[in-house]
Amino acid sequence: MDCFIGIDLGSTTTKAMILDENLGTLGKGITNSRSNYETATSVAKQEAVISARLTLFQRELEARGLDNIGGDVFLDRLEQSFRLEQFLEQLEDLHQTCFNYISGPRVAGMEKPISETLSETIRRIATEAAKMYEPGARRKSDFFRDIAGSRFMDIGEKLCKQAKLPFDILLNIYDKSIIEVENRPPSGDLQRKFEAALDRVAPVMLPVAARLEEIRQALLAALGIVINEVYVVGTGYGRVTLPFPKEHIRSEILCHGLGAHMMYPGTRTVLDIGGQDTKGIQIDDAGIVENFQMNDRCAAGCGRYLGYIADEMNMGVHELGPLALKAKKKVRINSTCTVFAGAELRDRLALGEERSDILGGLHRAIVLRAMSIISRSGGISNEFTFTGGVANNLSAVRELKKLVVENYGDMTINIDPNSIYTGALGAAAFARRSANGEN
Amino acid sequence: MKKTAPREAIKELSMLKQKEMIASNYEKLTSAPQTGARVVSTYVPGNLNELIMCFDMLNNLPEINAIQNGMRKKSGGMILEAEKRGHSEDVCTYVKSDIGYMAKGAIAPNGKPLPSPDLLLLSYTGCFTFMKWFELLRDEYGCETVMLQVPYEGDGKVSKNMRDYVVKQLKQEVIPALERVSGVKFDIDRLRENLARSAKAEDDFVWIMQSAKNTPSPIDAYFGGVYYIGPIFTAFRGTEDAIDYYKLLRGEIEQRIALGKGPITPEGDLGEEKYRLVVEGPPNWTSFRDFWKMFYDEGAVVVASTYTKVGGVYDYDGFRHDPSRPLESLAEYCLGCYTNRNLPERVKMIETYMDEYNADGFLTNSIKSCNSFSAGQLLMMREIEKRTGKPAAFVESDLVDPRYFSASNIKNRLESYFQMIDQKRRAGGSTRAA
Repeated sequence: MDCFIGIDLGSTTTKAMILDENLGTLGKGITNSRSNYETATSVAKQEAVISARLTLFQRELEARGLDNIGGDVFLDRLEQSFRLEQFLEQLEDLHQTCFNYISGPRVAGMEKPISETLSETIRRIATEAAKMYEPGARRKSDFFRDIAGSRFMDIGEKLCKQAKLPFDILLNIYDKSIIEVENRPPSGDLQRKFEAALDRVAPVMLPVAARLEEIRQALLAALGIVINEVYVVGTGYGRVTLPFPKEHIRSEILCHGLGAHMMYPGTRTVLDIGGQDTKGIQIDDAGIVENFQMNDRCAAGCGRYLGYIADEMNMGVHELGPLALKAKKKVRINSTCTVFAGAELRDRLALGEERSDILGGLHRAIVLRAMSIISRSGGISNEFTFTGGVANNLSAVRELKKLVVENYGDMTINIDPNSIYTGALGAAAFARRSANGEN
Repeated sequence: MKKTAPREAIKELSMLKQKEMIASNYEKLTSAPQTGARVVSTYVPGNLNELIMCFDMLNNLPEINAIQNGMRKKSGGMILEAEKRGHSEDVCTYVKSDIGYMAKGAIAPNGKPLPSPDLLLLSYTGCFTFMKWFELLRDEYGCETVMLQVPYEGDGKVSKNMRDYVVKQLKQEVIPALERVSGVKFDIDRLRENLARSAKAEDDFVWIMQSAKNTPSPIDAYFGGVYYIGPIFTAFRGTEDAIDYYKLLRGEIEQRIALGKGPITPEGDLGEEKYRLVVEGPPNWTSFRDFWKMFYDEGAVVVASTYTKVGGVYDYDGFRHDPSRPLESLAEYCLGCYTNRNLPERVKMIETYMDEYNADGFLTNSIKSCNSFSAGQLLMMREIEKRTGKPAAFVESDLVDPRYFSASNIKNRLESYFQMIDQKRRAGGSTRAA
């Protein structure tokens, strides 16, 4: 099956999108950029392939009249179960890699207790993992490093204390290993993992269990379809580091413009707030960029700003928006300088302001900066689409909506739950065009 | 892009000639204490070189020193020195570079110190900072200062009153000051001779800049243009040297046209000409080569630029120094400098360039610390987009502060812009075929 791939290498995350020949979405994948774009590209692509296999599986089920068995719940469970398989596989890789580092003068004489503590830590993370991938369970992050890292800290520290071992030795071993593990793309043996996932899901879903063999055949058929990568286009912050020829690279401005146009054809203005840049883009009725403005010289007010604030408040970046939504009072934060915002935050906390109120103010500050970029790019005169990681932050969205109405009146504002893939979608569409010898 | 020459910068005869001219001027300046020559410091826009030469005085241009120091990667340290002395971060970086330069002994490129000026001559043509700058220099050197007040072209034209006002000041303020400091009596015939030489060089200069109307353009009117304006904008206007330089350069360009060659770049001849641009604003000097490379690597050629009009506008309305009206034509020259023109006039000029040079797009390099250039640039850009229907873009950098050149950011914007032009072209938005 011919397919077209777009890869968006952001400063924080790398996204991949696979389209079929009709520009239908086959699959999408995301991973952290980890300062290694080559690995990030291959992981994001593999994630997109997994997602594409699930789409093809769904199509197979439909073709065989099996789609009413279990429905979306089944597919969701299968995916979660697959993710668990993948997590366990990477966890075991981490385990083995850590073993290799238990040597040298620092651990001399302690090899045995350290190995035991390590294995016990890994065993407990694995046990917990099953719960994390249960239906409806919420994870703080989908990235292996984030999940494994935070659990390793908690469990490892506790176990070291019990065993009277210095935790920093184990931590040092972990630090060395995680970089290696993270830069090693997960093994490509999808069939084994999918089958294992199916075998885990079937016993708890009776209708599936009843027709397991037919479903397995559909799965194998979906996995058997040859995915032919006709053309790949790279975009985003790290695009120049890709081992791609120049014709396979497109500016993220163009990709975001086209991606937003594909999601919402009526869009004329696009705001993208990514990790390191904020872009205001004006497009025409064919998704062609008419004008754009970006933040200049500094990344104040970008996604990374929120990351920094989250670190300062010892919170997860996804927790900021919900807390800011609880703001009762308008706290005015003037500085969008990321570092100053940290100082301002501490200052306000010392003055007795509520965390939620301060966060509300910080969210408004970044959106105000984005509004200035939009206005410099030509303002909003028609349908408006908000994309990028920050579009998932409900507090930022609320402030943006308010400011759009204040400045431009009632406008249609589009925010797609998959907006983080906008750039990758545009890139994939460019891949399709390039393959056809078009623009 | 195909490169037809090795990486070492190719020097053409005209380049060597200009290099010699600059070196000899610095030599004259730095040996002034021995020769007894008197030195006048003045600025490029509105400089009265022909008049200064009538008094056997030497012309020292502080912003050229700042550019030299920027290109030689020395301005960063000088700016820090100026900041140490209390000049804030937002001040024009030419000024700060100059303050730091003085503090570090004002060593010219030939390794010898520049002498203190005997006269500060400010021809005020739209840049308020120049005035403040000279206040600082006056404080430093304690020498005589004279200011020529050139009225702003607020209505977009020069009235008789405006011209008379400048001529009157030339007669009553500037010439007497030059006579006093130099001890040389003013001779109007000498001025006429100088002006006649200026006009001759200006004819060739205009021919050179307009050669960019050819496709492919044989010159880059911004990155190459800043070299081409060198003699006519500085201490050489009115000299035989300038006439010779432009004649030589014109010959080289005629040859390029005959051979169908594009502009010369530091890496040899440009290959395929893919984008023709009009650029507004000064270039960045500290990363000049890197900035240029972002253009020629993509096959982008600047066919006209407003920066090459700061020291005099010769093409747009056909101005020439005129020996038959010596003081009047000096007045008109000052009045017509680019930064002394109002925004509607600047827009009109750019629109004309877009049209006459068959440009694909309009780019602004906005200088954070230069308000006389930057104010209104976004509005101008909108207007140009509206009038021409061609895509425009905006990048930001600085004159000589290396901290304000974010290469990856600028490259990202430029690449996006070039792709945007491609996209528009394919969609039928540009007159040029893909």
